Amino acid sequence: MDTIQQVVSETYSREGDRILAALIGTVRDFELAEDALQDALLVALERWSVDGIPHNPSAWITTAARHKAIDRLRRENTLARKQVVLQALLEQEEQRGEEDLEDTSIPDERLKLMFTCCHPALALDAQVALTLHTLGGLSTTEIASAFLVPVPTMAQRLVRAKRKIRDAGIPYRVPEMRVLGERVDALLCVLYLIFNEGYTAMSGSELIRRELCDESIRLARLLTTLLIQESLYREVPEALGLLALVLLHDSRREARVGPGGELVLLEDQDRSRWDSSKIKEGLSTLERALHMRQPGPYQVQAAISALHAQAKHPEDTDWPQIAALYHELMRMTPSPIIELNRAVAIAMADGPLQGLALLDQTILKKELSDYYLFHAARADLLRRAGRMNDARDAYTQALKLCLNERERAFLHRRLVEVTEALELDD
Amino acid sequence: MRYLLLIYQDEVARSQLSEEEQAAEYQDYFTFNVESEKRGVSAGAALMPSNTATTVRVRNGKTLTTDGPFAETKEQLGGYFMLHCDDLDEAIEIAAKIPGARHGSIEIRPVLEIM
Repeated sequence: MDTIQQVVSETYSREGDRILAALIGTVRDFELAEDALQDALLVALERWSVDGIPHNPSAWITTAARHKAIDRLRRENTLARKQVVLQALLEQEEQRGEEDLEDTSIPDERLKLMFTCCHPALALDAQVALTLHTLGGLSTTEIASAFLVPVPTMAQRLVRAKRKIRDAGIPYRVPEMRVLGERVDALLCVLYLIFNEGYTAMSGSELIRRELCDESIRLARLLTTLLIQESLYREVPEALGLLALVLLHDSRREARVGPGGELVLLEDQDRSRWDSSKIKEGLSTLERALHMRQPGPYQVQAAISALHAQAKHPEDTDWPQIAALYHELMRMTPSPIIELNRAVAIAMADGPLQGLALLDQTILKKELSDYYLFHAARADLLRRAGRMNDARDAYTQALKLCLNERERAFLHRRLVEVTEALELDD
Repeated sequence: MRYLLLIYQDEVARSQLSEEEQAAEYQDYFTFNVESEKRGVSAGAALMPSNTATTVRVRNGKTLTTDGPFAETKEQLGGYFMLHCDDLDEAIEIAAKIPGARHGSIEIRPVLEIM
């Protein structure tokens, strides 16, 4: 009995997402597919103990799930849409006829599933939750705790998303060429959001945060494999870029947090704690991407991260190159925050005054006036330039806007330093 | 699937369009009508402005009639199209071609089909 349970469980772990993706393709209904799959797993536990473990367990489960879906549709209320699906399913079953269950290989429909989960007609938080739930295999409870949302709220969010897909006719397909580029962008955005939630969030358990990072890395890998499989080569470089970026960021996860749980700045991190195998993989992934000669923002961000990863000591960091890359990034996706990062890089390369000149641009002051990191960056450069009065004002402003306890502690220490320096001068 | 495409726009802003701009928009709608018929757009109409609307509610057997649209909104319903197509992506593609999408909003609402 135990062996059977193990096989069923392992099959589900290994191929559950593939099976589900294929089922959704058939029944066009997430909830129905999930319920039918659960039914099929129960049937497998019953039947295999009598008939033995099939030669191709996942094919067996897929077929069983299709039958269960038909059963469920028959039992439910009559709606035109359901009748259409039921009819199509029954026709498919007739056509399959005497086909040997064991020989059927499950088509890999996971790419369709990824695009469907990240469809623009779904709210962003629904896209994130659905991707984690359907492709990531995280439970509702795990996702709820990762995003600090009550479990019933998260459950509702998922239900609504699945129903919207069904009721609004969100197609289950790889988007057509005309919109493929923007849909891949949306997908990459969701994966990056998931990674950042696991990487930068200070709340939620360490375990769940690590799972989010691991899931986004796994899904980024899966995405690039599937894109190549489907010969969608134009989309591959940026997908590789994202994979490289998250691998390189993740390589620093052990060094980012100090013994007391405090944030450790990049320049203060113990680089021996950086994961060299992740760095290696990140660098080679980036190289693969760059070889395809289709630059894009994720590749540029990955290149910046790579330059940090390759510096044995903070002093070895190639800041001029980083500044040039931020300039490139500004060209591709202009934003005040990227300009802020560029100013910081220029300050490292050419001195604080050069960085301050950029930060003092009117547009930045206007756009970032409520962003504590802007004031913190200005404060840092002012301090390094010896303008202690202005630095004190800027740290004060940063503290007014900063809500994160650990970062406040850091800013407060700097404010004290600067205030003491001013008092010494007096 | 059937979808109703609802065209919402800021009437005040529209009333400030010059005659040339209005004529150009008419022309664009004419072109859209011709093109979109092949893509499954059936019925469609422009509506008179929201100040010509009347709202009817029946409560406890009493008919209550009020002047104006059902609610005051920033953008007002100005027209609609009925669309027959395969899926939401197609509906989005066609909705984006509606001239009103440039300054207003097009709501895509699936029609409930009951056997």
